[in-house]
Amino acid sequence: MISGVSIYEILILSTIIFFIGVYGFFTRKNLIAMLMSIELILNSAALNFVVANKYLFPGNIEGNIFSLFIIAIAAAETALALAIVINLYRLIMSLKTKDLETMKY
Amino acid sequence: MEKFIFYFIAMVMVVFSIMAVSSRNIMRSIIYLLFVLLGIAGIYFMLNFYFLGAVQMTVYAGGVIILYINSIMLVEKIGEPMDAPKLLHQLIAGGISALGIGAGVFAFSNYSFTIAAEESTTTINDVGTAMLSYGENGFILPFEVVSMLLLAVMVGAIVIAKSYHQKENTK
Repeated sequence: MISGVSIYEILILSTIIFFIGVYGFFTRKNLIAMLMSIELILNSAALNFVVANKYLFPGNIEGNIFSLFIIAIAAAETALALAIVINLYRLIMSLKTKDLETMKY
Repeated sequence: MEKFIFYFIAMVMVVFSIMAVSSRNIMRSIIYLLFVLLGIAGIYFMLNFYFLGAVQMTVYAGGVIILYINSIMLVEKIGEPMDAPKLLHQLIAGGISALGIGAGVFAFSNYSFTIAAEESTTTINDVGTAMLSYGENGFILPFEVVSMLLLAVMVGAIVIAKSYHQKENTK
């Protein structure tokens, strides 16, 4: 653990980053920018796993492994989502959420 | 000393993540996100998770950010600023986020964690052994599931992003 830093401070940091990501997800109007907010949310979640592992159960390594899986799945999700974005751009030449209304009604 | 480094990294991360979700230029926004990801890697290093920090730096700061930059260069008009969000939306989202931060901090600041006393360092050896062991505390099944998932995602991304128009035009 980091000397002089309690678990609460790191949890506050990850909470702040999580909700900044939520704010970005609500306010952005561009698909790639929304995906970037999701990255922030996923990273703060992975940070929480690691901190819980280090401060509460230092003998185990489950938090470490789950963070690795989160990173792997986030990378997969990004690759697939950006492929969809590129395909979508070919179809409608725009990435603004107000132009993506094929499934709206 | 470590305390000040942690506070510095935390401040940098909060400032850059706010800038990443509010900058109107998408290229600047992705570079701010890169600094946030590097800050998280720095915290992993400070917590002695060296392998995890290295993976965070190579996969996230290296791979994912480059993937984003490539897609942005393919599809966005970089000089053009993005649409500004409506003030009402900003207020609602800011209110929800502030409420969420308040609720989260309130929830865990009233909970007393039992902090373990002993100190430990997780080496790459431990991680590799746990990943490939099929005994107790082994993670061979999720490891294999993730490897199949990555293969499926690779094939799927190629199939989805492939252009079908050129073949039809040449016929």
